[in-house]
Amino acid sequence: MKTLYQKIWDTHAFAGAPDGSCLLYIDRHLLNEVSSPQAFDGLRDAGRAPWNSGACLAIADHNVPTANRAAGIADPLSRAQVAALAGNAAQYDITFLGPDDARQGIEHVVGPELGATLPGITLVCGDSHTSTHGAFACLAFGIGTSEVEHVLATQTLRTRPMKTMLVRIDGTLGAGVTAKDVILSLIGRIGTGGATGHAIEYAGSAIRGLSMEGRMTICNMSIEAGARAGLIAVDDTTIDYVRSRPYAPSGAAWTQAEAYWRGLVSDPGAEFDRVISLDAAAIVPQVSWGTSPGMVVAVDGRVPDPDAETDAGRRESQWRALRYMGLTPHTPVTEIALDKVFIGSCTNSRIEDLRAAAAVVRGRRKAASVRLAMVVPGSTQVKLQAEREGLDRDFLAAGFEWRDSGCSMCMAMNDDRLSPGERCASTSNRNFEGRQGSGGRTHLVSPAMAAAAAIAGRFVDVRDWTLEDAR
Amino acid sequence: MTPFVEHAGTAVPLDRAHVDTDAIIPARFLTSISRSGFEAHLFDGWRFLDRAVPGTPADGRPLNLDFVLNLPRHHAATILLARENFGCGSSREHAVWAIQQYGLRVVIAPSFGDIFYQNSLKSGLLPVRLPEAVMDVLFDAVQADSATAITVDLPSQTVAIGNGPRYGFEMDTERKHQLINGLDDIGLTLAVVEEIRAFQAGHWARFPWLAERL
Ligand code: SF4
Repeated sequence: MKTLYQKIWDTHAFAGAPDGSCLLYIDRHLLNEVSSPQAFDGLRDAGRAPWNSGACLAIADHNVPTANRAAGIADPLSRAQVAALAGNAAQYDITFLGPDDARQGIEHVVGPELGATLPGITLVCGDSHTSTHGAFACLAFGIGTSEVEHVLATQTLRTRPMKTMLVRIDGTLGAGVTAKDVILSLIGRIGTGGATGHAIEYAGSAIRGLSMEGRMTICNMSIEAGARAGLIAVDDTTIDYVRSRPYAPSGAAWTQAEAYWRGLVSDPGAEFDRVISLDAAAIVPQVSWGTSPGMVVAVDGRVPDPDAETDAGRRESQWRALRYMGLTPHTPVTEIALDKVFIGSCTNSRIEDLRAAAAVVRGRRKAASVRLAMVVPGSTQVKLQAEREGLDRDFLAAGFEWRDSGCSMCMAMNDDRLSPGERCASTSNRNFEGRQGSGGRTHLVSPAMAAAAAIAGRFVDVRDWTLEDAR
Repeated sequence: MTPFVEHAGTAVPLDRAHVDTDAIIPARFLTSISRSGFEAHLFDGWRFLDRAVPGTPADGRPLNLDFVLNLPRHHAATILLARENFGCGSSREHAVWAIQQYGLRVVIAPSFGDIFYQNSLKSGLLPVRLPEAVMDVLFDAVQADSATAITVDLPSQTVAIGNGPRYGFEMDTERKHQLINGLDDIGLTLAVVEEIRAFQAGHWARFPWLAERL
């Protein structure tokens, strides 16, 4: 009886050392412009070359502009970083998806979209949100630059097994409650260090009921719970998504692969180091109020009072968070007014996310008090699909900006950022101090909640929102 | 990698839990393609009162004098004391480089973000995990006297406060061996290059679709 994690580990681990560490063979390696240049330099300096350039896919996403892309990257440092990735990819024969490539986008959106992400594989990338890909029942995790170099040179990592945690979510999510609310409420419950050292497997009827997009949203934020990886077993939804993706196997290879993939589930009775259960019906839309993804509250709740906290350290960090966020205890969440709204990031920028947001704004107008509401599709392909469906027109008519794909205001490496003190409803994954620009204040929410906040100018409970009204 | 065997020095107490890598080095300073120069922006948002562009030298920028790293009594510190889940957040190894290049050799905390912990080992910054109760003793000692000498000894896996108590910490034997000898990780792995080749051949025979190039 094995867990899904153990099955993948067992098919990739070899050369065990006495201390329990193994070499883990890596099937797929995504590279971005930020965490790879020093790795390629190290490789060159040591006179080494990539073990298998065919296992790599290089994608420019963190720095790329989301407006007026044809004009190139204005910032010379960012431009040099993207040029370095292009140069390294060319030197070592690695497929490179540059800012102008029709397949470009955020690496964690593009990998699955192209079928580079497949069930049963190991996939790494110099980016913590690599956990996203685990939605496909593969072992995917983020690594640092030294490990990027190690994987480039050896196609392996020396590592030891993670502990396993099962998060079982049964029941049906209420209307207006999304995958984002599920993962935020889990983090609120177990804390940002709650899953440190673990790979989380998400299971239960609520997970089975989610699309691949929703599953990716959940696995994406495993890292915010402290886990390095998130996994979800293979089912029809997985197989249907992967079928006919450009890099997915076809013909006889597909048949062979599918037969194998169907077994990528935890065996009944397999043991986990830790098990947590959530009732889907009890989950309500979440809004983060502080500077850590665990600082969340229900949309119909209030900003907490740190003085109610008994632990002195936690009390102090809550007060610090409230001061940074410019909030007062007991304020109803629905009285918090927003300056900006960001719909994007590898957490929530896929077609289904944009559909959910568009359904909320259709026929309405952004509040005048909201200075900027922007939609940044997760990939160029998502953008084109959305335009085919007319979603761009819904957003534009509502006063939103419709941008090109990239990381954008998720981490503010390009020109999209908050000014000091600005308050933003964001569909991204991190509300750390300064994450969206120094002094910026981030509230993490689902796409529908962000869209509704842009219209109302403050948070509203999207469950009260009647989509037909405005038509 | 420079070997790490023993280190004695004074410590700076950063009394905050869940210090994330965005706080250690904000994203806008990650545009460099070099491996050096990150110390100028270590804890940029907490250390300085202004907002600087990448490459701005730290000298001459207005300091936040309330931030512990800026207190003159901690200027010579080479050890960072922190609280739980230090280095959570992104995978940016730049956070480790910034700490090292600032002159810190060891970070002691009750727990670390997983990727930060790995990155530290790879770069030769020693991450030491000690229980909360021991951390309290360390914080108290350093807050009472910033000149408190702390000795971190990797071979015996101990941290000593002055001539006083010693506390043991855990460390992978393999990692410890590499750190003490300053061994090149990749070189070690490539010593078993034939094993990797053989594994790959078997793996691709079993899962032929994975042999296709991207
Ligand atoms: S969208 Fe944000 S979290 Fe995702 S890869 Fe880009 S910067 Fe990282």
